Amino acid sequence: MPALPLDEAGKYVAGAYVVFVVLILIYVAIMAAKLQRLERELRELAGFAEQRSGRRDSREATRETPNRDPEVTAVAEEMRR
Amino acid sequence: MYGKGLRALSIATVAAIALALALVFFFAPLDADQGFVQKIFYLHVPLAITALAGFMVGAVHAIRHLRSGDRSHDARSYVSIHTSIIFGVGVLITGSIWAKASWGHWWVWDEPTLVSFLIVFLLYATYYPFRYAIEDPERQARYASVFAVTAGAFVPLNFLAVRLAESLVHPRVFATAEGGMPPKMWLTFVVSLAGIALLWVTLVKFELTAKSASAHLSRLRRALEPA
Repeated sequence: MPALPLDEAGKYVAGAYVVFVVLILIYVAIMAAKLQRLERELRELAGFAEQRSGRRDSREATRETPNRDPEVTAVAEEMRR
Repeated sequence: MYGKGLRALSIATVAAIALALALVFFFAPLDADQGFVQKIFYLHVPLAITALAGFMVGAVHAIRHLRSGDRSHDARSYVSIHTSIIFGVGVLITGSIWAKASWGHWWVWDEPTLVSFLIVFLLYATYYPFRYAIEDPERQARYASVFAVTAGAFVPLNFLAVRLAESLVHPRVFATAEGGMPPKMWLTFVVSLAGIALLWVTLVKFELTAKSASAHLSRLRRALEPA
């Protein structure tokens, strides 16, 4: 077949390069969706971890509330030993 | 761990592809026979070479997985094959567009190069259903590795058979008796190949990083959630 004129050939060349770009864009969009999901899960886990450490802190605080005086705390420590 | 160097790699990929595009459209001479349509060559052929090389990389990782039992090699093999299949889709579509422009047909069934690539592509397309048909993760990884090695061995054999077969319309531009392409075309081709290969490496690294992060997150979830 003879070479196509530039205006005709340009459509095919543009088509091929556009396909390549679209493929890459689809891939990046899928990866972005995955990344968003990971971020959401990470946020959930961070919230869960904070909640858990908050519960532990409040338990420890409740246990230590009557012994806030350093002297009393030291005595209590000594007695615990 | 996989994410190390990803930023530098991404920048290098973008730079290489931008340079390749500049060379393709402003530096490489027009082909005397095909004219402007031949510009598809600088995209189609590097995609094909990278996809086939990627299948081979997948096979090498599969061998390493079978030898060591290390699941990270299975992940690398899976991601290599996965990315190469995406590149394979690109090869088939850009090839069809080029075929239509050059030969007047979207597909030529009696052309060994086209049909053999389609066979390799379809062979690898069965990798997903084959892999995910097995539920036990250990067996799944082992069987997928055996598949990757077998199919990987088929790639160079197929390539050799195509080179030996008599081509009807598909051109042979490398290692021909006439000397192949002029230097300017060669340079453009080599830069395009480097850009596409870098893109493949970047996408593989990107996906491995995402998979690794997802696995770490699952472990963290299991550790944090009450039994």
